[in-house]
Amino acid sequence: MSQPKDHGKPGRPKMAVFKFASCDGCQLSILNLEDDLLALGQALDIAYFPEASSDMREGPYDIALVEGSITTPEDARRILSVRKQAPLLITIGACATAGGIQALRNWGDVEAFKRVVYPSPQYIQSLSTSTPISEHVRVDFELWGCPIDKEQLLRVITDLLAGVQPRLPTHSVCIECKRRGNVCVMVAKGIPCLGPVTRTGCGAICPSMGRDCYGCFGPAEGAHEGPGLPPNTASLAKEFHQGLQLIPIEVLRRFRGINGSVRPFREESQAWEQKDRAG
Amino acid sequence: MATPCDTHVAAVPKTFLQQLIDVLCAKGYRVVGPALRDGAVMWDTIRQVSDLPIGWRDEQEPGRYRLENTGSDQIFGVVHGPQSVKPLAFAPREPLLVIERTKGSFSALPTLPKSEKVAVLGARACDLAGLAIQDHIFLKDAYRDPYYQTRRDGLFLIAVNCTRALATCFCASMDTGPRASAAFDLALTELEEVFLVEAGSAAGQAMMSALSLAPASTARVREAEQQIEACARSQVRRLDRSPLPQALYDAHEHPRWDDVAARCLACGNCTMVCPTCFCHVVEEVPDLTQTRSEHTRLWDSCFTQEHGYIHGKNIRPTIKDRYRMWLTHKLASWIDQFGTSGCVGCGRCITWCPVGIDLTEELPALLKPSSQAKEKPGQA
Ligand code: SF4
Ligand code: SF4
Ligand code: SF4
Ligand code: SF4
Repeated sequence: MSQPKDHGKPGRPKMAVFKFASCDGCQLSILNLEDDLLALGQALDIAYFPEASSDMREGPYDIALVEGSITTPEDARRILSVRKQAPLLITIGACATAGGIQALRNWGDVEAFKRVVYPSPQYIQSLSTSTPISEHVRVDFELWGCPIDKEQLLRVITDLLAGVQPRLPTHSVCIECKRRGNVCVMVAKGIPCLGPVTRTGCGAICPSMGRDCYGCFGPAEGAHEGPGLPPNTASLAKEFHQGLQLIPIEVLRRFRGINGSVRPFREESQAWEQKDRAG
Repeated sequence: MATPCDTHVAAVPKTFLQQLIDVLCAKGYRVVGPALRDGAVMWDTIRQVSDLPIGWRDEQEPGRYRLENTGSDQIFGVVHGPQSVKPLAFAPREPLLVIERTKGSFSALPTLPKSEKVAVLGARACDLAGLAIQDHIFLKDAYRDPYYQTRRDGLFLIAVNCTRALATCFCASMDTGPRASAAFDLALTELEEVFLVEAGSAAGQAMMSALSLAPASTARVREAEQQIEACARSQVRRLDRSPLPQALYDAHEHPRWDDVAARCLACGNCTMVCPTCFCHVVEEVPDLTQTRSEHTRLWDSCFTQEHGYIHGKNIRPTIKDRYRMWLTHKLASWIDQFGTSGCVGCGRCITWCPVGIDLTEELPALLKPSSQAKEKPGQA
């Protein structure tokens, strides 16, 4: 650290952090970087981060971090302009990457929600769905998690600064759970854990605290269309039902959570919705 | 290998165990034994006999592990937990090297673990057989892994011969148990009132001499023999190794692989708990300032996407490919590679598989002629 470095000089990559429909938890994870936040501020020029600073400079930027999902017509337009302002767009967190918990609305009646919640619902401009950023614009890299893991964020930024293609493991939470020396809650306690089909990245926090993984890092490996294997949710769901005696609606709810609208989890919850309806 | 013989086997009252722990501590060992944690037993530091799971026993079946308190005063009633001895020698996460940038150059800082004397109290026969296989992998000839070696050299192994088999055990058919036969320093057999103690190494012998233990009567030795043999006979699972490895190679296109792939989650738990699986991945963890980077080895598994990735292509894209890789390596190609089976019959992969996939059920199904195997429409 005593080394003179070029990071402090002008010419540092300019970074912006944008917020869409979200709880701000992922942005808080950036602010929670503590010592690393200073290093981040030296390595990058944090030009636009309203959550952190009122010094907001205009684009273009080199890297845009995007938190939140698209839930309003205005946001659907705004994300197009964000995309134009940065050659690298990275989504941070379950909302931006997968639609978030608010994507539960995709199975509901948004007009009815508005009437229940607001005295004058006609003023609310809202889409009937919550969708991930990748359904609107090209995304260069996705960080999963609710919230994101700060080590993963640092890792991706470090790789980008070094000119290396960022790459994060896509395997199950179970592998990290075993490396940490946890006792499996599913096998030893019969708790329905989503770890076997969930992407690693959190450090197996929940099983380390003796509870089940609820899938906040999204499906392992082939989460979206494209290369990679979608996780075998059908087999795990069957085990929840037959082995652990969950009734269909409980199986449905396991999969329809924070990442419920990502294809592998969405399709699994829908299969159990049908079983639930069939009674 | 220690064989029971009256003159070498001692019989000691149960209170001996505390004495043994104290002597080991006095000699600078950290004693590690099974301790109750989160519904299983895990290796932990043992200072008192009461730190051990006295009166508890484990019941294991595919995908299920439960402990129950029987109220007995048996000390080693729990056969095993998810951990074999593996993590004590082959660490799940081990920094191999730290690179630091210096002016115009860099320095590489070694990260060899501190050598620590660890006495493992309560290793089972299958654990020791697994450790012997890992020794062969990590310490062979010129290619010695110094990290593994440092940890391994510090181990003093106190085996406990099994007198009760779990429903998932099949060591008898793998010739690895229930009596400890692979390298150990001391082996205990817990009988109703006494422990029988025998030495398996010079260090173990020295320990026995230092404690001046009374020899066991022939009747005691026979009693222990009978209990161990009864344990072997009681095993409900077995694995017929006679047609291996060839039969499994011949089964490469068997339709049963599709059936098991439909159940398998590719979660990797089976490989993590296996005492012999040695696969690892090396990760580079640089810091943001680009002045320091840690080169870390992590346990890996053939069930991950990354494991099957070679330049430009994933050679094991499907769960079927991965399960087949796993089982074929364990039971067949391991024999060609290392001269032994990669399975020691501990049953951990059966218990700790979240969906209870059982290799002792899969192997016979895979070796049945595929015309007899369940035909399924639309399979390639
Ligand atoms: S507790 Fe959950 S994440 Fe951990 S091994 Fe068990 S199923 Fe996997
Ligand atoms: S079975 Fe798989 S994880 Fe285990 S040693 Fe073989 S290739 Fe590695
Ligand atoms: S393959 Fe399974 S039964 Fe065999 S040694 Fe490994 S974990 Fe134990
Ligand atoms: S066999 Fe079981 S433990 Fe192994 S990867 Fe498949 S589901 Fe996981």
